[in-house]
This record gives sequence, C-alpha cells and structure tokens, in this order.
Amino acid sequence: MQKITEKHLAEKAKDLLSQGKVSAVLGWRRGEFDYDVTPALFTDADEIENGLVYNCFCGANLSKYLVSKIRAVEGRMLVFLKPCDTYSINQLFTEHRVDREKVYIVGIPCNGMADITKIRNAVGEGITGVSGDECLRVETLYSDEPAELCLADVMSERCVNCKSKKHVAYDELLGDEGEVLDSHRFDEVERIERMSPDERFAFWQRELSRCIRCNACRDACPACTCEVCVFNNPASGVESKAPVNEFEEKMFHIIRAFHVAGRCTDCGECSRVCPQNIPLHLLNRKLIKDMNECYGEYQAGEAVGGVSPLTDYTAEDGEPGDLIRRRDTDA
Amino acid sequence: MQVNEYKPLIVAFCCNWCSYAGADLAGNNRADYPAEVKIIRVPCSCRVNPTFVLKAFQRGADGVIICGCHPGDCHYTSGNYYTRRRMAMLFSMLDYLGIERERTRLEWVSAAEGAKFAATMRDFVQKVAALGENKRLEDLRCKK
Amino acid sequence: MQRIGVFVCWCGSNIAGTVDVKQVAKALESEPGVVFSTDYQYMCSKSGQDMIKDAVRDHRLTGIVVCSCSPRMHEATFRKTASAAGLNPYMVEIANVREQCSWVHKDIIIGTQKAIILGRAAVAKVNLNAPLTPGESPVTKRALVIGGGIAGIQTALDIADAGFEVDIVEKKPTIGGKMAQLDKTFPTLDCAACILTPKMVDAAQHEKIRIFSYSEVSSVGGFVGNFTVSIRKKARYVNEDICTGCGACVDKCPMKKVPNEFNLGMDNRRAIYIPFAQAVPKVATIDPNACNMLKNGKCGVCAKVCTAGAIDYTQKDEYIEEKYGAIVVATGFDPISLDKFDEYAYNNSKDVITSLEFERLTNAAGPTQGKLLRPSDGKHPEKIVFVQCVGSRCSSCSEKGKEYCSKICCMYTAKHAMLTRDKYPDTEVYVFYIDVRTPGKSFDEFYRRAVEDYGVKYIKGSVGKIVPEGEKLVVQGSDLLNNRQVVIDADLVVLAAAIEPDKSARPLATMLTASMDTNDFFTEAHPKLRPVESPTAGVFLSGACQGPKDIPETVSQASAAAAKVIGLLSKDKLVGNPCVASSDELMCNGCSSCERVCPYGAITYEDKEFRMPDRTVRVRRVAKVNPAVCQGCGCCTVACPSGAMDLRGFKNDQIMAEVDAICK
Repeated sequence: MQKITEKHLAEKAKDLLSQGKVSAVLGWRRGEFDYDVTPALFTDADEIENGLVYNCFCGANLSKYLVSKIRAVEGRMLVFLKPCDTYSINQLFTEHRVDREKVYIVGIPCNGMADITKIRNAVGEGITGVSGDECLRVETLYSDEPAELCLADVMSERCVNCKSKKHVAYDELLGDEGEVLDSHRFDEVERIERMSPDERFAFWQRELSRCIRCNACRDACPACTCEVCVFNNPASGVESKAPVNEFEEKMFHIIRAFHVAGRCTDCGECSRVCPQNIPLHLLNRKLIKDMNECYGEYQAGEAVGGVSPLTDYTAEDGEPGDLIRRRDTDA
Repeated sequence: MQVNEYKPLIVAFCCNWCSYAGADLAGNNRADYPAEVKIIRVPCSCRVNPTFVLKAFQRGADGVIICGCHPGDCHYTSGNYYTRRRMAMLFSMLDYLGIERERTRLEWVSAAEGAKFAATMRDFVQKVAALGENKRLEDLRCKK
Repeated sequence: MQRIGVFVCWCGSNIAGTVDVKQVAKALESEPGVVFSTDYQYMCSKSGQDMIKDAVRDHRLTGIVVCSCSPRMHEATFRKTASAAGLNPYMVEIANVREQCSWVHKDIIIGTQKAIILGRAAVAKVNLNAPLTPGESPVTKRALVIGGGIAGIQTALDIADAGFEVDIVEKKPTIGGKMAQLDKTFPTLDCAACILTPKMVDAAQHEKIRIFSYSEVSSVGGFVGNFTVSIRKKARYVNEDICTGCGACVDKCPMKKVPNEFNLGMDNRRAIYIPFAQAVPKVATIDPNACNMLKNGKCGVCAKVCTAGAIDYTQKDEYIEEKYGAIVVATGFDPISLDKFDEYAYNNSKDVITSLEFERLTNAAGPTQGKLLRPSDGKHPEKIVFVQCVGSRCSSCSEKGKEYCSKICCMYTAKHAMLTRDKYPDTEVYVFYIDVRTPGKSFDEFYRRAVEDYGVKYIKGSVGKIVPEGEKLVVQGSDLLNNRQVVIDADLVVLAAAIEPDKSARPLATMLTASMDTNDFFTEAHPKLRPVESPTAGVFLSGACQGPKDIPETVSQASAAAAKVIGLLSKDKLVGNPCVASSDELMCNGCSSCERVCPYGAITYEDKEFRMPDRTVRVRRVAKVNPAVCQGCGCCTVACPSGAMDLRGFKNDQIMAEVDAICK
C-alpha cells in the first residue's frame, strides 16, 4: 500500500487546478507551530507548494469550512476529506446546504489525529515542534533531546474510537478504500448510564460548569450551519451569549445536542475544539445510541438522502418511559 | 399539620383535540385534580418544542407533562408519533444528565378520558412532590 | 404595546362559586399591557358581549382576554364579538377558568390563585398576538358517501335532491346494508324490503347519484371542500354495464356450496351470485375464492351461458380518483362475534342463533322461505327463549363484550317475540332481560302489546348457561323478581348479540384523520350540539358508525348529515384557519426537515434570490407553506433546526411567554 503524504495532496491539487477542473482548493495550512494547523483556501500552485500540509494535526473537518467558503468560489472547489469528514459532507448534501456539483472531493486516508493536550500531558509545556507520523518527535524549550511518543498513545479520543476508515463520498481517492470499523465509541456513554442519577448529575455538573460559552463547539460543528443560529436569534426565546450560571450551560448544550440530533455524524469536532476539554461528543453519542437502540441503526451521512429517526416514526415505537425503564433492567 | 406544605409547579402541555378536551371533560365531571397543574393549550403534542420543556424547568417548574391523542388517533394523523420519538430522546437525555426522570412525562389522554386526565395529574403531582423542588435544572435568576 | 382588556366571567355561579372573580379582575389589572379589567355574570350573553364591544371602543383596546369557560366552548363566540367591535378576531385569548379551575378545585383561595395565573398566561400571550387573516379556498360541489346502507342511501338522496352530485361507495356487491336483511321493522311492523327497496331504486335512478358497489375507499387526501379520494373498484369479473341481472349464470354455476353471507351462512349460494332479488345494482358478481375458473382455469360455464357476454375473467381492480367537497361516513355496524361466549353454546348448537339470523329465518326470502324451522332438524320449535344483552352492558373489566347498551335489541326482541306468537300461537316464548328500554315513539306501547296481548313471558334476569341435551337446549337462568332459578327446555334460543362498528371503520378513520372513541365509534364534533359532524372539517357522520341506532334514528341522522353537507356545498369558497405555519425565509436553511414531517404535504421549496450585505446576490433554497393545505399542527416548527418555521397563533415566543407567566 502506497503511503499518502502531503506531497501527494499537493500534487493532486496543483494538477486539478492547472487542468482547470477546480478553481480553488480547501486544505490545511501550518500555523505558528506545527500543531496549530488551520483550514485554508488555496487558489494557486505556489501557495499550495509552500502552505498545504497534511499531518496528524489536520483534525479540522473541512466540510464545515466548505459551507461558507464555497459561496465565494466560482466553479468547482477541491476539498480534501478524511473518512469521517465524508459523512459530514453527505449530511450537508442531504440537507441541501452544499451543491454537490460545486464540490470535487478527494478522499484521503487517515491514521488517526493527535490530541495536543495528550502530548502536553506527556511531555509538558513549551512544545516548539512536532514531527513524524506513527512515531512523533516532540521538541520542547526545556529539553535538548526531543521526546519520542507513539501516535497511538496520544491519539484523540474520536480516533481511538474511530467508527470508519471508509470514504462514503468522493470524486477521487488517494490511497486505498477503507472499511467501516467495529468501534467502542458507546462504551463511555454506557459507563455514564450505569452511574446513579446523582453521580451522573455530579459528572455533568463538573464537565459543563467549565463551559465559557465561547461557541467554538457550535462554530466547528458541520451540522450547525443554520443561516441564523437560535442562540443568536432573540425571537427563539433561548437566545443567550454568556454563561450566566450553571443552568445556562446545560440549557445551551442540551438544546445544541437536540438541534443536531439525527443529523450529527459523530465527527467529534465539538470535543476537539473545546478549549475547556468538555467531552461534548458524549451528549451527541448518547442521542445516537438511543436512536440506534430504539429506532434501528442509523448513521447520519452514510448516504445522501438518509432519513433522520426524528423525522420518521412507526406506529410501534416505544414510549419514553419504556426506554428509560429498559435501561434500568439492563443495568 | 404542616402549614407550608410544599406545592410543586407543574406545566402541562395539552393538545387541543384530545387531551385539552379530556381536561375539559374532567372539569365537566368535576373530577378533582391538584391546582398545581397549569395547562398550556397547543394544537398538537408535536407542537411542543423540547426548548419549551427546558424553558419551563429553567423558570422553576418542578415537573412537565405533555399530553396528546392516543397513538393512531392524532387529529393530524401522525403528530403524536413524532412527539413520542422527540420526548423519548429528550427525557432520556435529561435522565442521562442526572435530572430526576419522574419530572417529565408523556401521556396519551383522549377527549373521552376525563377521569384518566384527573388521575394522571394526581399521580404526576404526587410523584413530583415526593422529589421536592427542581434544583438541578432551575435557573436561579428566575427565582423570586 | 398592546392595550388589553380583561373580562372575567362568573358563568352564573359556575365560576363565581369557587373563584373570586373580583379578585381575579383586580389582580390582572396590573399585568403588562392591561388597560381595563372587569367581571360580569355572563360574558357570553348579549349584554356581556356588548360590554366587551363598549370597552374596545372606550379604552381603544387592541387585545382581549376572556377568563371564562373552555375555548372549545366560546372562543368562536368571543372572536365574533371582537370582530363586531372592529378588532381582529385573533386578538382574543381565553383563560379557561371554569373547566380548569372552578369546576375542579373546591377551595376558593386555590381556585382564585390558579385563575389569576391562567389569566396572566393569557395576557402574556395576547401581548404577542398579531392580527391574522384567514385564507380562502374553493369548494368542490360533490359529496362522497361511504357506506350504502339505509343511512348512506338517505344521506345521498337528500344531498342529490338539493341538486348536488353524490357518489356512494359500498364495499358489498349491492347497496341496502343491514336493513335489507331484516324482515319486519318495529314499531309499525311494515316489511323492511317494502320500505327500503324503493329507496334503493331511487338512489340508483337519481341522475345526481353514482353508486360504486363492490368498492372501497383506498386513500383520502386534501381537506374540507377539496378532498381527493381514491376509490378501489374491486374486480367482480362481470361487466356491470352489460350484465342484465337475468341470473342465467347463477342457475348454471356448478359451485353450489358457497355459504351465503346474505343469509348469514344458513344456506348456500353459487360462486357467481346476485346477493338478493332486489339488489342494486342488479348484476352478478363472481366470488374469486370459490370460482374454479378464477382459481385454476377450469370451468367457464357462466361465460358460456351469458348471452350478454358480460363475464370477464380477466377483470382487474380499478382505481378511480375523484374530488369531493364533503365526505359522509355511513359505515354502519355488525353484530359482535360470539366466539368468546361459550356459556350460550352458540358454536356448539345450530339451534342457538343470533337475532339477525332469526330475521333471515322468518323472512319470506330467507333460507326457509319464512317458515320458522329449527336450523338443526327443520322441525317447528315449540319453545323459544330469547336472551337479551348478549355482550352488551358488560362490566368494564370484562374481557368479552361491550360496556355500552346496543340500544336496538329490546325492541327487535319484542318484535321477534310478538311476531312468533302471532304466527305460531302454540309456541311458548320466553325473554330474559336485564331492563327493557323502550324510550322511542310508540315503543313502550309496542313492548306492552307483546306482553299483554301476545302473552310473551318476560323474565327479569340473566341466563347463566345453555346446555344442548338431545334435541333440547336446557336454558338455566335466574328470575330476579321471583328470586328463583329457572330451567327451560327450549327448542330454539335467540341471542340478542351486541352490535359494534363495522371493521372497515378503523382504517377509514385513519385515512380521514377522523377521531374515534375507545369502541371504534366515530366521535362527533360535539356530543350534543354537533352530533353529525366529525371533528375533522368536512367529514360528517351518518347512522350507526357514530353509535348504536335504530332505523328511525339512523334516518333522521342521515338527513341531518345531508343538511350539513348541503350547507357546506352551497358555499362557493371556504374561509380557512389562519393559524398555519409559515417560514421566515431569511432564516430558512432549506434542509427539508419540515417537509418530511408534514402530514399534509403543505411544504414545498423554491430557489430564492437574496441580496447580501456585500451587494452580491445569493440564491438559496427556502421552504414555502401552502396555507390552504396546512392544518396547523406545528410539527414542522419542532423539526426545523434553525427556528425559521413558526406557527401563527401558537408562535414560539407566545408559548414561551405562557410558560414564563405560569412559572413566575
């Protein structure tokens, strides 16, 4: 199997640009440090040559950035998508948020993304450089010798519990086709479910009380592409901008989880971008797990035109009480 | 005798065609149920947005109950089926966050079930009263 | 800012008895927006309404809150009042302080407190109300009657006589329904066929009436004034237009052992059949489950003997789509199955029969040509026992039977008993009853004649067990008036089985979105004041589908339903409900969630150009609601992730304001 690196991505991008097949390329660019990689739009070969990166810090799901960026682009736009990102873009196609014809998807393989917090926890502060892929060499201000870390040990949670290496939408693939994986992504949800109500309350109180309402989770979420967000809309009755008290945070996160319920592909961007490291994906996963258990397995974004369980029903659906009670007997 | 007996505040969303009519029938039959229950009329249980439920809790409600037509009897054919899925998910989510599950309920009450309406409300109020005040979802700013 | 007037009704002592109306009016005076607050004995009376009109003028009110009975009762009344006073009718909100306060809470302090809170919620809502204008839609001037029994026939005839087109859909091969199976009718004892068949012929010959026999409604779409109905014409394998009803095919059909449903299986018919001599339409029908030609291609006799060439073995079900302005349900009833009533030995003995079977036994066109003979051995019964309330008036915990009174059994049992004694004076006739209920015109006189003039022996009590012993049926019952057990060796036992709605009613109700009660009878819009209308606009109820009824009552309800239909069809356009969904296109994502959950297909999408702040133009897909099709359930408002979709009259901010007011 050929190993796909940023070189291949850059070649592909330059190739398509020069052929005129696409007029812009959405990829990632290195920031001040190796680990602060940000989404970026490229329109010429030089920019791509010098700026485009693809490494274990390219976690950002470009589907979300596509929604706003594509409006300014004439013609087709190339976007590099990792397997989990392709679920998001399918969901966007389903919801008519992006015109399929305007996008040229190049699927790229992913071996898992690193979590900078985990690296910091391992080597301490003052990181000046990170290089390598399977094996990472981390240089810090305070040490002459770079620390060596295994990517597997510092991988972000969503990659540890990766649900799929398969691209569900693409025009072209770099590398080989992957497969849907048997993940353990619901284990943590189950652990919380097994807690007593008081423990659960304490757990979420501890997590959600750290929220500073920076809205990063919303802004990075590919399901949150509303023209006007309810939290910015005074007519919605739930408008609020600041974390006034504990309730406010809960309200915000419950409503947000509900708004994306049935549409969330579990890409994990919310938790990745949270500066307070709140495990927000555990709220979305809870809903996904409940819907799977009650209404049959459903993976949002698996195909264009998928029907969310919340916009569907059967006459035989269980009652809310049955669901909660069943969990008790299971526990 | 307790002077300041704790009285929970209950918000009941009732669909216009079945449950609100059921509440009317409870009135017609002079069926007694606690005055803590305050009814908000909605055309269909499917009009109830989960944010309404959260809002009620935020403002200090101790319990929220949603009543609709029996499955299959929805005036709008299918509204209550959507309600059932939405509320199943909402209630499960609240339970997941450690909110007492007895504070939320979904009941099917037909226009002919005045007695069931009253009995349901009596039971719900009793269960919520046993939990005491809603502290876990209340917005303290809304407290007088 | 609104200028709101609050009007607290006493409803005589109904509200004022347990709610301090003065205090409620006083408390609401200081609510935001309220500029006037008062109370009055009967707000709904003319002087009460005048008081509202005066206040609107004197205080320049923009909104009204009435604290009174349920909005289901008088919302329309007060909206009219507002309208008459020059206000938009949708600027009125009702606080239901009667059904939800004074009638359920006995304590005046508690009742008053709650009334104030409910009033406060209504004020909070009115503060956010906006004037609404209903849309208009045209009326298709044609009615559909579902069911061709006496109820359906009468409704159809009345509508057609008023000059409107009517279609009757009947699932059986002929119209006529249950009444066609009856022998004589109480209390006048004229023969059912003599009074029914002329009406059947009238219906068939009426230029405004079309009859779709052997047909069923397969789907219903649309709404009042604009229904689109798909009718499935089942293949009868006979060309209706050519068949002359001569009956030659029936005579020659070799399949002779098919149970005859018209005679309740007490004799046989052929595989090709005409249900009875006066059937309308009088055309043959092939039973596909019995016909050898249809089952395995071996026979074809009927096609050979049909000189008209009407037989068509290749006929397929046909679907007809038609538009209607109104739909009348007249699906009628059936006797319940007696399978669970082992104690009456209905399934063990041929000589235990139901009352409807008795009708066929005594009918001149029935299996015995009208001679009263035992089904088992054809002997004349000397002793007959009638048992009333079989499956009627059962306790609610009973696994079998119905809680309600079937209403018609007392009278037809008296009729059966009387006719038996009249024709066969040597026959002893006993009737076991719980109560004899005879409240109709000339009904009690009829029943007393059975007892006093014809010597029918009525025994108050129930039958515990019927045991077939040799040729006899040993009936063990109790005689409550004489406080003793009785045992009667009967030759024939007739069970007055309870009646229940026809099985086709439930799926039909779902298609019509019409509500039903727990017994599957259709619910009326109001039990007293709107007894022939379903709560679903444009759907009307005729006959026993709404509850047990005898013929006179069925016919009166049938005509009443027709009158309502005529009233509807004589309008050129209908004014719709303005409380419908609407989408704010600036916020709409075009995601289609709302479209998916809409039960009426009221939402479509269009690409719309928007001018952006940077002077560019952006084309976006946005939702559009058809207000004539939207029924206002609000399902879409919750499905909408951006909150672009809202429901007029029940807007998000209005409901939130109510929640706030209640939780204050």
